[in-house]
Amino acid sequence: MAFDPRVPAGPLEHKWLGHRDHLRLVAPANRPKFEIIIVGTGLAGASAAATLGEAGYRVKAFTFHDSPRRAHSIAAQGGINAAKNYRNDGDSVFRLFYDTIKGGDFRSREANVYRLAELSVEIIDQAVAQGVPFAREYGGFLDNRSFGGAQVARTFYARGQTGQQLLLGAYQAMARQIEAGTVELFPRTEMLDLVVEEGRAQGIVARNLVTGEISCHAAHAVVLATGGYSNVYYLSTNAKASNVTAIWRAYRRGAYFANPCFTQIHPTCIPPSGEFQSKLTLMSESLRNDGRIWVPKDAADTRHAAQIPESDRDYYLETKYPSFGNLVPRDVASRNAKAAVDEGRGVGVRKNGVFLDLEDAIKRLGRDAIEERYGNLFEMYERITAENPYQVPMRIFPAPHYTMGGLWVDYDLMSNVEGLFVLGEANFSDHGANRLGASALMQGLADGYFVLPYTLANFLAPRLGERVTVDSEAFRRTEVEVQERVQQLLSIDGKRSVDSFQRDLGRIVWDYCGMSRNERGLETALQEIPTLREEYYENLRIVGNGESLNASLEKAGRVADFFELAELMCRDALSRNESCGGHFREEYQTRDGEALRDDDHFAHVSAWEYLGPEQIPALHKEHLHFETVQPTQRSYK
Amino acid sequence: MRLTLKVWRQDGPHRVGRFETFEVEDISPDYSFLEMLDVLNERLEERGERPVAFEHDCREGICGSCGMMVNGQAHGARARTTVCQLHMREFKDGDEIQVEPWRARAFPVLQDLVVDRSAFDRIIEAGGYISVSTGSAPEANMIPVQKEVAEAAFDAATCIGCGACVAQCPNAAAQLFTAAKISHLNLLPQGQPERWHRAVNMVEQMEAEGFGSCANYRECEAACPKSISIDWIAKMNRDYLRAKLRGVKKMKIAG
Repeated sequence: MAFDPRVPAGPLEHKWLGHRDHLRLVAPANRPKFEIIIVGTGLAGASAAATLGEAGYRVKAFTFHDSPRRAHSIAAQGGINAAKNYRNDGDSVFRLFYDTIKGGDFRSREANVYRLAELSVEIIDQAVAQGVPFAREYGGFLDNRSFGGAQVARTFYARGQTGQQLLLGAYQAMARQIEAGTVELFPRTEMLDLVVEEGRAQGIVARNLVTGEISCHAAHAVVLATGGYSNVYYLSTNAKASNVTAIWRAYRRGAYFANPCFTQIHPTCIPPSGEFQSKLTLMSESLRNDGRIWVPKDAADTRHAAQIPESDRDYYLETKYPSFGNLVPRDVASRNAKAAVDEGRGVGVRKNGVFLDLEDAIKRLGRDAIEERYGNLFEMYERITAENPYQVPMRIFPAPHYTMGGLWVDYDLMSNVEGLFVLGEANFSDHGANRLGASALMQGLADGYFVLPYTLANFLAPRLGERVTVDSEAFRRTEVEVQERVQQLLSIDGKRSVDSFQRDLGRIVWDYCGMSRNERGLETALQEIPTLREEYYENLRIVGNGESLNASLEKAGRVADFFELAELMCRDALSRNESCGGHFREEYQTRDGEALRDDDHFAHVSAWEYLGPEQIPALHKEHLHFETVQPTQRSYK
Repeated sequence: MRLTLKVWRQDGPHRVGRFETFEVEDISPDYSFLEMLDVLNERLEERGERPVAFEHDCREGICGSCGMMVNGQAHGARARTTVCQLHMREFKDGDEIQVEPWRARAFPVLQDLVVDRSAFDRIIEAGGYISVSTGSAPEANMIPVQKEVAEAAFDAATCIGCGACVAQCPNAAAQLFTAAKISHLNLLPQGQPERWHRAVNMVEQMEAEGFGSCANYRECEAACPKSISIDWIAKMNRDYLRAKLRGVKKMKIAG
């Protein structure tokens, strides 16, 4: 299997256009001869399915939801970046590229990030043409706001529901192709394994979640757009069903897993309120445009926020990072919030949050303007906490939100397994060690609308005339293995529920591989995870059978894979003896507590290869070459 | 809190269902309604009984997966709230709560509180899009849109497709959902070329799916967690009528 990023030669700004000009093409009349499997129907999957369908390929789209529109992209709030420079404030493709690669703490591939910035402008064009109702000014033109890690306003938004509107755009485009007959939809169908033969992806094995039926599907190429794995922490901002299974199964079939320990803990979420809490809710980063973050100067200060005078408040981000202030990147904001809470200066009954205060903005702009910008967020906050944020400052705390790590892909978004493409959050490619706000939507749509349609054609062209079939030994073997795995989980007949195990696993990963990590903690986690996993296979209880809707069975398979992923995350974090972005190793920090990178030894992507059950995976390194930018110590001061 | 739940149980599609009664204890007022059901399910599993099936995912009121009748009201009594955002502080200790699935012929029950809402997807497939293939879009600011129009389109587009409007309607009509989707696109300049086809295709697909007729009960609007206005139904009817007067017939416009 090849392990070559295949980045095109030439100057950065010509790489993609030059590459595109030389990619092989599939003629319109030949496209219906190719079958493509796309797993996942979020921004990346739906945009890819729609675009490939429009081109004339035969697409099978799989989602475990009842409708493609439920994918978790729907929950993205704040916005999508694009280098349109509509504000005339000095933005450009280069600046978006630079902000993104710097925000990622110089742990991503230059060429990929530059292409992302280039394509950002086309995404906005496409979305507007589809009828996505972005915010506008009275002149009828598009409005922008600013986000963390940038000093320009380049974020396009649709109130606090940008992800919803962009996903509906992509979903509707896909619906059009379903009607046209180019895309066949498989709702409530979960991919449980990848079929690989001779290093080439042949198709997938999937389970119908209503009937329990296991089915095989063959294709010329398999595209995974299955999102991230933040639920390994149990409590996260991800939807309950978001999971790692599709990419984990691909990893077990030979695809390399890159930078699994690069996870993003988002600074502005509602702090947990109790033991049985099932998930954490994000409050959009856009609130940091107008909100000021603070804690009392004195840990013993128990007065209500309104009674604490200015002189007794510590606006710690504004003081420490005067040029970016409250708009520092997410990893920096999160670590500083954790530090304030660790010092005992947390706010709220459980002292587990910091204030995000919009009082000044309400005074300056008026309540109406704030309501127009953030009304839905305030309402959501009020529902969850029973506190009115127009009167009392919001309490926020970091929570797992996004995973920069994912399957390794080359410049064409193909994994090291031939014919297996990976898009969006499921791949590792564009965000390095930390993702900037409003960049996930950008990447998902860039991959699906504008990258894959070109690179996939290039892969398919020489394979014209190849017949695909499920009638092979590889399919039969994989199907049997899937059935055995389902039966194994059902037959344990122990005493504990899946949720109870997932909560315990999440606690271990959060404690030792969360916002900050150290060698001893990671070693501890590597002891505790296998012990808990052993108990899982002895003491798990699933009621019911595999022949009908069975949510516990679905969860059990996902949690089984989270156990294995958790180990790999810790192993990866342990092997990276530096701090970068969201990966903060306590042993490696500057004197003022910032992440201390080690470019001499760790300017690489860590790509892990599965070698078998209970085997330590092999680490492969893709060295990152910086031809255009000079990695520097990130400074937002 | 201690509560008595009367929950609809149905083992599968086309099976006979019944209510089952459960007592749940130690419920914190800070739990969401779904977290309360999580607690119930964990206790059922401990006893070896099949947990109650219900749909949910984002648990922040945007994915549209969740939905159930709580004491006869879609998503419960609190206005503008999905059931995942409904918190137990809305209830009193000792309350009896009745929980049922959406009830509509076009939404057949799959198990317990889970129903099949794929009819909504087929309404969208009939015409709920602007036919613009990837790559053919003009520069975004070439299409100025009046701010008021963009805001109105957003108000319609905010629909999460949960189905509460259908479930709450005495006729199980899907007018509010369909009207919201048609209006979002028919308001915008980008949506004009397909305006009449869209109205006819989507309205007639809605009728073919077996939803009931609108009789202006306005229950849908009251139940909608996203405050979608029934004004859109009037707009949809207008567009549909104007399209029919132009002689537009349902036809496949997707390509």
